[in-house]
Amino acid sequence: MDEATHDIEIRNLYKIFGPNAAAHIESVKNGMTKEELNAKHNHVLGLEDINLTIPAGRIQVVMGLSGSGKSTLIRHINRLIDPTAGEVIFDNRDVVQMSQKELRDFRRQKTAMVFQKFALFPHRTVLENTTYGLQVRGVSAKECEEKARRWISRVGLDGFEDNYPNQLSGGMQQRVGLARALTNDPEILLMDEAFSALDPLIRTDMQSVLLDLQSELRKTIVFITHDLDEALRLGDKIAILRDGRIIQQGTGEQIVLRPADDYISSFVHDVKRGHVITVRTITRKGQRADTPITLPSNTLLEEAARAMTNAEVNRANITDGSGAHLGMITLSKTVAEMIAPDTSEDDALEAAVG
Amino acid sequence: MDFVDFPEMSRGDLRDLRIAIDTAFRGFTRAYGETLEQIFHPIQVLLIFIENILINSPWILVLGGLALMIWALSRSIKIVAGTVIALLLIGYFGMWEDTMRTIAMVAVCTMIAVAIGIPTGILMARSDRANQIVTPILDMMQTMPSFVYLIPVVMIFGLGKVPGVIAVVIYAVPPIIRLTNLGIRQVPADVLEAAAAFGSSNGQMLKDVQLPLALPTIMAGVNQTIMMSLAMVVVASMIGVRGLGQPVLQAINNQYFTLGVMNGLAIVAIAIIFDRATQAYGKRLQKHLEAVHG
Ligand SMILES: Nc1ncnc2c1ncn2[C@@H]1O[C@H](COP(=O)(O)OP(=O)(O)OP(=O)(O)O)[C@@H](O)[C@H]1O
Ligand SMILES: [Mg+2]
Repeated sequence: MDEATHDIEIRNLYKIFGPNAAAHIESVKNGMTKEELNAKHNHVLGLEDINLTIPAGRIQVVMGLSGSGKSTLIRHINRLIDPTAGEVIFDNRDVVQMSQKELRDFRRQKTAMVFQKFALFPHRTVLENTTYGLQVRGVSAKECEEKARRWISRVGLDGFEDNYPNQLSGGMQQRVGLARALTNDPEILLMDEAFSALDPLIRTDMQSVLLDLQSELRKTIVFITHDLDEALRLGDKIAILRDGRIIQQGTGEQIVLRPADDYISSFVHDVKRGHVITVRTITRKGQRADTPITLPSNTLLEEAARAMTNAEVNRANITDGSGAHLGMITLSKTVAEMIAPDTSEDDALEAAVG
Repeated sequence: MDFVDFPEMSRGDLRDLRIAIDTAFRGFTRAYGETLEQIFHPIQVLLIFIENILINSPWILVLGGLALMIWALSRSIKIVAGTVIALLLIGYFGMWEDTMRTIAMVAVCTMIAVAIGIPTGILMARSDRANQIVTPILDMMQTMPSFVYLIPVVMIFGLGKVPGVIAVVIYAVPPIIRLTNLGIRQVPADVLEAAAAFGSSNGQMLKDVQLPLALPTIMAGVNQTIMMSLAMVVVASMIGVRGLGQPVLQAINNQYFTLGVMNGLAIVAIAIIFDRATQAYGKRLQKHLEAVHG
């Protein structure tokens, strides 16, 4: 397996849609807004000054409402869309500068993509869909099939190898999409709203499949979604996009605790905080409680509350990553934090967001 | 100036113009006619070769071969049975040889139309420029009365098989070009994007994605091309193509009602056979669209 070793660095990326994009890049850099550009020149500002480091081997979620530029952004990583300005650096090479041949090789060897509407090849069976990437690379038919069968089985589609895509349900089709991407054994996995077209139950199911696979594969995954719960569940890092700009990035916890503006606040308002926030946030540093319960600082509020209630105590000691004592938490504070943001103890919060 | 009579070119000028163009064309014919005939000679060889096989082999073998071919295309017992019965009747009524000549003619014309049409269609699908240039030419080919382009063809090649084939191909090639173009352009953008994301080259994209997905549409074009070639058989007989068209032409000239109807029906029978067989084949190509998840 190819474990990911290189970050993807997106630097000063701009995308203007329109016949004369290059002519307007200077005015946009000098502060012309999306509305002005559209009104005056009839060009669409798709992405504006994107700077994002996507960590190797992690899941980077990009979140935003419809039309915020998520699909445009992810398509710059394998250059299905050419930027108007900027760089996409991977392994010391700028994807934007690659020749057609280099780009093809990059796509074949380093990346694979999973699409919102699956985009399977309707005339090819599940097996033939799954072998596509390797076949394009010129891998022998025997090896293609071996690898493809392994992945088909891994995503739970045993016995469906010879079916055509439209004989399968949506969830199964997206499993094919996933198998097709993984058979390529890419370092970078690009997933554009890969689960958005699925029913909620199937969707959760697919998220589990992905997390499960990722725990052993350690790919660099860029996952697009407009669903906060999905973002929080999957993302090691989350970037929030609005009108083509990144307005906040960080871990899920950081974003829920400290929404950068009202737009994000409205997003995170309904989040199940107990699922996202860790006890680190509410730890009273240096204090020690007389309690049998000791929890690591990355325990989620919900788990901490459950642990304390089960043991019928109302305090727990907290340790850091190395197991050293950090402080303690109270049950009441834990529950309060789960229900609503409580900023009374800003120093603890600082420690988490820091 | 009054607006009742159109201000036309003077008769003398018009005649001079016609003579000038005709002379120029005749000059061209004299200079290059021989070369052109040489270039197109392989068509004649191929046509005669196929004709000879169909006419000189024992009829029962030919019948079996045709039935087998129809089976390979359609996988339908009904269509094969219909074919056998129709051919037996045709033979019984003394039209076997003419029918074989016509089948050979249609086969050759279809092969040439496919060989020209599919690459042209691909070119049009890939380049909007080519599309803009070729489309009006196709419009012209389809609306120009076929007798008009028979004239220069006959001037260059004289009467015979080759000018017949050329005339038929000009008439019958537009649908396959149009439908190849259409079929490729209809391939969904998201599927193309997926192919591109996996690093497909243009050639791989064409071979593995665009052509297979366009194939049912292309087959519809082949079907139309065959039908139009058959329809041209009577016209082509006017410039010396032998086959079922000649007796029809003879029947028109001499008012032989029965002869006309019998040969006409034979043409219809062949048309139906080819139509059903190619359509059934086109349907089979779309197998992947049939069974839909319930
Ligand atoms: N080819 C194009 N030409 C012009 N404008 C475009 C083009 N592609 C995208 N846009 C515009 O760029 C903006 C971002 O589009 P994009 O598809 O990236 O949004 P998205 O966040 O993926 O939305 P969704 O959630 O609906 O998929 C939109 O305003 C869209 O209209
Ligand atoms: Mg999108």
